[in-house]
Amino acid sequence: MSTPENNPRRQFIAAAGAGVAGLGFTVIAPGLHLMAVGEAKAATEARKAGSAASPVVRWGLLIDANKCAPGCTKCIDACHTENGVSETLPDARQNSQWIRKIELVDRRDGRVTQLPMMCQHCANPPCVDVCPTGASMKRADGIVLVDRHTCIGCRYCMMACPYKARSFVHAPLTEQNPEVPRGQGCVESCTLCVHRVDKGQTPACVESCPTGAMTFGDLNDPASDIAKRIASVPTTQVRSDLRLNQAVRYQGI
Amino acid sequence: MKLLRTLVTIFAALTAVSPAPTLAGEGGRTAKPLVEIANPGKCVAPVDEMRRNHMEMLKHQRDRSLRQGIRGEPASLNACIECHASKTSGSVLGGKENFCQSCHSYVAVKLDCFECHQPKARFKAAGLKP
Repeated sequence: MSTPENNPRRQFIAAAGAGVAGLGFTVIAPGLHLMAVGEAKAATEARKAGSAASPVVRWGLLIDANKCAPGCTKCIDACHTENGVSETLPDARQNSQWIRKIELVDRRDGRVTQLPMMCQHCANPPCVDVCPTGASMKRADGIVLVDRHTCIGCRYCMMACPYKARSFVHAPLTEQNPEVPRGQGCVESCTLCVHRVDKGQTPACVESCPTGAMTFGDLNDPASDIAKRIASVPTTQVRSDLRLNQAVRYQGI
Repeated sequence: MKLLRTLVTIFAALTAVSPAPTLAGEGGRTAKPLVEIANPGKCVAPVDEMRRNHMEMLKHQRDRSLRQGIRGEPASLNACIECHASKTSGSVLGGKENFCQSCHSYVAVKLDCFECHQPKARFKAAGLKP
């Protein structure tokens, strides 16, 4: 579905027009960025009540797989506690999974790499492309969400996602966090703790990581910690060949 | 179905605000909804407007909150629950004395909000950070 919001050419034109107004940078082609003139606004503080999410900001995560400790599940526990993901169904495959740990083993030398995998918050999300009702959506600040009010639970987005990031809620729920409504019959995934981010806090996984392997921040702000690190160390977007331009990046994989 | 629901809602709203509720109360065959409010007079809009339009207010607010990320609007479902939850059970659902369920079962309008939203006030999920 091509709307003015997700048409890359229009985004480019809009970004070029808004460049002087302080937009960070825009992607002309993969690996080629147009840097805007003007100072990007630091946007890690809470937004004012009544103001909408700004397209000047793009929230992202940088995960250092070298620091991710084997056997540690602190980020998963914190995420599932924060978001009230607690169901244990008879068939464990039906339990919701907002974030999971992946172990990569290089068969030649036995090197083991750990990394947490969750919704990658793509700039061009396939889940949004395929959604028949428009429930799967990307917010102006780059956070990909499911609008459960319009989700019909068809699970097309689950098939479209290359990262298996989405889950379907199979059973009725009662223990929801008041700030994170979720229920049977809808698809859900990592929200980048949007309710915390809007208050100026960082996502629960980032806050809980004992080794500081996860950095959260505004990718569009050259002065932010995350943008500085991405500019100075080699980082990877998983399956970058799909050109989805994910907001979650990995270091050391 | 939708038309029927709308008609029922309009009918309910009209009977609820008319000065003399003759249809339901007179014969005493239908129990009238029991409305218990913790902080009366502090609502975001006058009672008659809330009775007619609360669903529209919530509907538009939910779209602005979720899709545009606008937070802190006056019409918030969580704010409704904080004020209107029963003093005994702490919930807006459960029985005839619980605010939302009381009216909705009276007018026979399905209440879908709490399939996903938490109906209890000041609910703390296990281990939830402040």
